[in-house]
Amino acid sequence: MAKMTLDALRKLRDEQKEVIDRRDTGDKSIHIIVGMGTCGIAAGAKEALNVFLGEAYTRKMDNVVVKQTGCMGLCHAEPTVEVKMDGMPDTLYGKVDATVAKKIVEIHLLGGKLVNEHVYDYPARDIVKE
Amino acid sequence: MHASLADILTDLAQNSVEAGADRIEMGFEEEPEIIRLRIRDNGRGMDEATLARAEDPFWTDGVKHPGRRVGLGIPFLRQTAEACGGEATISSAPGKGTAVTGVFPGHLDRPPVGDLVLLWLQCLTFDAEYGMGISRSRLTAEGRRTAYEIERAEVADALGGLEDAGALGLLREYLTSLEESLDEI
Repeated sequence: MAKMTLDALRKLRDEQKEVIDRRDTGDKSIHIIVGMGTCGIAAGAKEALNVFLGEAYTRKMDNVVVKQTGCMGLCHAEPTVEVKMDGMPDTLYGKVDATVAKKIVEIHLLGGKLVNEHVYDYPARDIVKE
Repeated sequence: MHASLADILTDLAQNSVEAGADRIEMGFEEEPEIIRLRIRDNGRGMDEATLARAEDPFWTDGVKHPGRRVGLGIPFLRQTAEACGGEATISSAPGKGTAVTGVFPGHLDRPPVGDLVLLWLQCLTFDAEYGMGISRSRLTAEGRRTAYEIERAEVADALGGLEDAGALGLLREYLTSLEESLDEI
């Protein structure tokens, strides 16, 4: 692949935005927050991140926002991923490998149900976010 | 231990972001016999005593997880560099920032490079306000040098933000094209 220029990138984004604007999904963002502390990185959180990005991108889920944060305190259950969306409780998932990440997209994001066996309690109480 | 050199650098970048840096410079240089990583930030930095404690695998600043003994990032870097006959350096000054380098000679115990596209994607999209410059180069055994550079503000401007899946998907394509351009003759 030839090196893409910033102008080409900008053009692709503009084209993409036109399509998104036509679809008008409203402002119901789905937030996916992946824990990327030392523990998350070592446990393979970037595989999960890559799956969320890939699934949301190829399924054209324009309202999905993917973010990274530090350790959420559940180092024993890494990789951890928090999902926030309308109509569903804020949910912290643990042990999210590539397969589980795909399940979360299909069952939670699209199906509106929890992936029960991977639900963990909310971020550990001793974690202080500055 | 981290599974790849890319993971080590992700960890260090996460440290820089958490240190409140608003400017981070990262480098990944690949030569036939050696790989060099570097990261420099203008975050809050560490005094000498803190810097010495950062080498302790079970030390953190006690702010984010008071009472816990975790903090393996710097020790992972040093352990991995030394295991393959290289070295790690850290210099830091309170209020000024921190600079970290890692040198990894070709060696059986050197972890694989890892996925640099994902590495840069991650480093560019931490949930914070910061500027970042990335410099990546490769020198082949035949002496041919290829390289690319990335400036976070420029890609953020081209994409109109670095949050939604559409922008991140395009960013991944962009980064893939940069990384693959290193192989072109």
